[in-house]
Amino acid sequence: MGRIVEIRWHGRGGQGAKTASLLLADAAFDTGKYIQGFPEYGPERMGAPLTAYNRISDDKITIHSNIYEPDYVVVIDETLLEAVDVTVGLKEDGAIIINTTKSPDEVRPLLKGYKGKVCTIDARTISMETLGRYFPNTPMLGAVVKVSKVMDEETFLNSMIGSFKHKFASKPEVIEGNMKAIERAMQEVKGL
Amino acid sequence: MAIRERLSGNEAVAYAMKQINPDVVAAFPITPSTEIPQYFSAYVANGEVNTEFIPVESEHSAMSACIGAQAAGGRAMTATSANGLALMWEMLYIASGARLPIVMACVNRALSGPINIHNDHSDSMGARDSGWIQLYSESSQEAYDNMLMAHRIAEHPDVLLPVMVCQDGFITSHAIENIELLEDEKVKEFVGEYKPAHYLLNKENPIAIGPLDHFTHYFEHKRQQAEAMRNAKKVILEVADEFYKLTGRKYGYFEEYKTDDAEVCIVVLNSTAGTAKFVVDKMREEGKKVGLVKPRVFRPFPAPEIAGALARFKAVAVMDKADSFNAAGGPLFTEITSAVLAHGATGPKFINYIYGLGGRDVKADDIEFIYNKLLEIAAPGKVDSIYNYIGVRE
Repeated sequence: MGRIVEIRWHGRGGQGAKTASLLLADAAFDTGKYIQGFPEYGPERMGAPLTAYNRISDDKITIHSNIYEPDYVVVIDETLLEAVDVTVGLKEDGAIIINTTKSPDEVRPLLKGYKGKVCTIDARTISMETLGRYFPNTPMLGAVVKVSKVMDEETFLNSMIGSFKHKFASKPEVIEGNMKAIERAMQEVKGL
Repeated sequence: MAIRERLSGNEAVAYAMKQINPDVVAAFPITPSTEIPQYFSAYVANGEVNTEFIPVESEHSAMSACIGAQAAGGRAMTATSANGLALMWEMLYIASGARLPIVMACVNRALSGPINIHNDHSDSMGARDSGWIQLYSESSQEAYDNMLMAHRIAEHPDVLLPVMVCQDGFITSHAIENIELLEDEKVKEFVGEYKPAHYLLNKENPIAIGPLDHFTHYFEHKRQQAEAMRNAKKVILEVADEFYKLTGRKYGYFEEYKTDDAEVCIVVLNSTAGTAKFVVDKMREEGKKVGLVKPRVFRPFPAPEIAGALARFKAVAVMDKADSFNAAGGPLFTEITSAVLAHGATGPKFINYIYGLGGRDVKADDIEFIYNKLLEIAAPGKVDSIYNYIGVRE
């Protein structure tokens, strides 16, 4: 039985945590992996805390429960650090990746004593500078792949070009910005 | 070559429907099955199918329209969940009583009240005596495969009964996973054309469908319906065999997972069987002899076969994602223990767990707890509690 990498996403309704988990699943699928991507459906409201999940493995995945002991946690909205126990169950040899302007040392005190790796990424600035609007998903995706090493970076980037070409077939001018957002996130993520 | 894809359970079912290209789809949206008619209506709008899509005003009308279309001589399909299925109730019986081989995707969701949109099996279990064949699906792959096999079973001249293909709402319906799809032409060839022997629009042989049926004949018709359900057992295996030759994926009445030398066994439907497989693998590495039986066909109920498969275990836990509120176990438990008694298997001790109502997540730890309970029971062979709940605060 192969190892399953488990990832939990925390975002707020409307920020695209679900989409991010599906994009990561797509990218991992393109590299030949077995994947699961699913959100936890609750009362769906804009701004309400939302959780989404990924499982990624070299072997078939049969487990269909939520994820309780993730290898990685991704926090798309840093205001959730106060509202939600984001590190609950997170493995100490894993990592948490947070969208914030702060450094890993500055956010660690908010993490209820989590001793594992803390990574931060300023997805807002990257998104504004590359896409002109606030879409934190795209840079977060790059940061997750960089930190988790769940797939080969080059294969991941090729897969993303392919999926952006498909997704933005009617507006190819945004593809470059999206790729730039991912590449910058992979370079700028702190705490590696 | 199979097509490697990743799809959610709803996407997989809608895709199967696209490949089947039925004459009529009539549906009313209800969470979590809404996406099926949503995706399918896009196929209709894009001209990828030539189906007549009827956006009806209720599920009662959805089933009524399917009955009308199928009686007229067409192939009709629909999808629903929970209260939508409940609103179809009287029409479910009309469909099976008129021997119309309609195929429906049932994305399992808890019946209200209290209002809940999440998964359990109270909807389809409530319809278990409506004369519909019921197939259950662990994953997107199985939902897709069951949909492709459904018409072949339903339309067989020895069967002529409607089929319901069930999968777990949200857990598989909204989760993206790997799936292998068949090419369109292979599906077309496998499913074949629908050629009913009798239908309303056949002017050469005019018939009536659904007339009054007094005590002079109603009983005989019900007896024939029961016989058709018995015949379905043979046809289900024949179709599965042909499907295996086409895809390499094996289906029967139920799947036995690592049961060969198992001492104890869990019986559970749909997605939770996948979680149980994960736990079986883990406990097997620890040297514990645990196995799983996952029923796929609940109607017709494979009583002698499942009784035979379970006879050799020391202890068996049947897990029900629906409560019968009868103080004597859930629907799967009562069917299984009844089958075991009727077919003379006296060895195993049976216990029941009601689990996951209203979408309460079923953790690997819950399944492991039940296996450990079974191993405890197997040692001295003593059961202290037959009817149990897991994952509930009480």
